[in-house]
Amino acid sequence: MSALILIELNGSEVSANSRAALTAALQLSDSVDALVLTNDSANASAAASMSGINTVKTIVDDSLEHANVEVASKLIADVMSDYKFLVSGSSTYSKNILPRVGALLDVQPISDVCKIKSSNTFVRPLYAGNVMATVETADDTIVMTVRATAFEHAEDGGSAALEALSPAMPESNSTFISLQESQSERPELTTAERIVSGGRGLGSKDNFAMIEQLADKLDAAVGASRAAVDAGFISNDYQVGQTGKVVAPKLYLAVGISGAIQHLAGMKDSQVIVVINNDPDAPMSRMADIVWQVDLFDALNELNAYQV
Amino acid sequence: MKIIIPVKRVLDPYTQARVNKQTQQVDLSNAKMAMNPFCEIAVEEALTLKESGAATETIAVSIGTDKTVDTLRTALAMGVDRAIFIKTDSELDLQPLHVGKILANIIQREEAQLIIMGKQAVDNDNNQTGQILSGLLDYSLGTFISKFDLNSDSNSVEVSREIDSGIETRKLNLPAIVTVDLRLNEPRYASLPNIMKARSKPLETIELSSLGIDTSPRIKVVSVEESGTKDRASKQISSAEELFTELNQMGVL
Ligand SMILES: Cc1cc2nc3c(=O)[nH]c(=O)nc-3n(C[C@H](O)[C@H](O)[C@H](O)COP(=O)(O)OP(=O)(O)OC[C@H]3O[C@@H](n4cnc5c(N)ncnc54)[C@H](O)[C@@H]3O)c2cc1C
Ligand SMILES: Nc1ncnc2c1ncn2[C@@H]1O[C@H](COP(=O)(O)O)[C@@H](O)[C@H]1O
Repeated sequence: MSALILIELNGSEVSANSRAALTAALQLSDSVDALVLTNDSANASAAASMSGINTVKTIVDDSLEHANVEVASKLIADVMSDYKFLVSGSSTYSKNILPRVGALLDVQPISDVCKIKSSNTFVRPLYAGNVMATVETADDTIVMTVRATAFEHAEDGGSAALEALSPAMPESNSTFISLQESQSERPELTTAERIVSGGRGLGSKDNFAMIEQLADKLDAAVGASRAAVDAGFISNDYQVGQTGKVVAPKLYLAVGISGAIQHLAGMKDSQVIVVINNDPDAPMSRMADIVWQVDLFDALNELNAYQV
Repeated sequence: MKIIIPVKRVLDPYTQARVNKQTQQVDLSNAKMAMNPFCEIAVEEALTLKESGAATETIAVSIGTDKTVDTLRTALAMGVDRAIFIKTDSELDLQPLHVGKILANIIQREEAQLIIMGKQAVDNDNNQTGQILSGLLDYSLGTFISKFDLNSDSNSVEVSREIDSGIETRKLNLPAIVTVDLRLNEPRYASLPNIMKARSKPLETIELSSLGIDTSPRIKVVSVEESGTKDRASKQISSAEELFTELNQMGVL
């Protein structure tokens, strides 16, 4: 009944997604191993220091730096012969790979698990989180992604055994060309304690800098609505929502965002929600703890000038 | 190059889902339905390829009950050449693994080189079917794409993928499956004349039972509950000072 978690690295660090996956896996099994697919064997040690893992298995190959999904899914499916559970965080990394592993194992994967009720019964969101479903799987092997906002992030403090695997590398019919990575000195969106998020109301990319300025003042991450991303105010990886990132910070400050179902899906579990909007009827206001009904430019100027 | 576009009929994305407590299912009777928005984007991309001369034929495929035909008619009205309707009975609760197996069957029959589909159906939010399909067929896979180009060798495509850390660009050898993200294109509306014309375009119906695919459910939905956003008791403020004072008191700064 042992579980395997797929480790997702941020550079040489273990991602918050993988830390949540470990917490979830430990609820399913007291024997949890981890798998790291990487181009650099040194990366295994970060995973090994998380508390609760027995063995970190590593497959090292140059091609694994930018996980090629055809290769990764085959490698993982082969390792799965020793495990009942495969758990990974709900990131684009895992969402790309895990369903393909499911196909190779003839298993129906379960996406975005928010709660583990028993070893085969889970709670997951449907309809942009407006409905929560309790689902029971009949599969012998269980493959799932878990929401990082729904499980604690496992801490360091362990020293797992390391095991290098050296399977033959599968054939691949795709090649990596480039990665245009977003660089930011600010806290990472999905793990930040505070988020300042801007919407279409900002009107332009130049104006959006006022959101960034406020974020820096509050030591917060920057977020955005789809409309703001579509309009080119900021890049896609800042989108919060049903089809973007899911966040649950202590403070979510929404500026010029109306509060469409799809946006709320990504932030409704935030602890304190502040809304700055000049429309008293914006749906966003109904779920706010604090509402400032005002022209957002006046509010941002005042906030950015305010001496804390 | 033949393109297949799997499309799904879903609850209109701007409509609030309601649960029927008796049946423990989302109540879709009388609900406004629509083509999954990601599937509209997939259709648009296929049509653009056809118009550029790169594709020979575009075929929309949908699996579902009788009403699913409406969604296929929408695809035909947008401009796809023909449609394949896989008819299921209303009780059947299909999951992405089943959908993948059914689509794999049709794709092999049609010998399609390129499959363009939604990254996610906004009803069950699974985000799995394209990935599963690629595993079943052992085709190359490009998920969450925001840019698509057919290479001049006509044997491969270049795609940009929206991933958590930015944008990744890959080359996929054909046959390939791509799942589309929101920013790939702006889907067109069907014009009235095209809606009329769509009525006479070919639409083939295949009974799911005739395909001999095991569709016994792997996952059973035990119960569902509404968990829409809860209204909060909101406090009105009117200055930066007030905001900072409140946030300090709440201990979130
Ligand atoms: C399939 C699908 C998936 C989607 N996924 C997502 C997703 O993941 N995330 C997401 O965010 N959206 C998503 N959307 C889009 C969503 O439906 C909305 O269109 C979007 O969230 C709107 O963004 P917005 O609130 O910034 O813009 P708008 O709805 O246009 O709201 C702008 C707000 O700014 C206010 N405003 C304007 N000017 C001022 C001013 N000067 N001062 C104060 N207030 C001002 C207005 O009152 C308004 O409330 C999705 C849609 C679909 C169909
Ligand atoms: N019943 C269906 N019929 C046709 N295509 C489907 C069906 N279900 C899912 N798909 C396709 O798979 C995509 C992703 O769906 P999902 O994996 O369920 O989120 C959709 O955007 C469609 O392109």
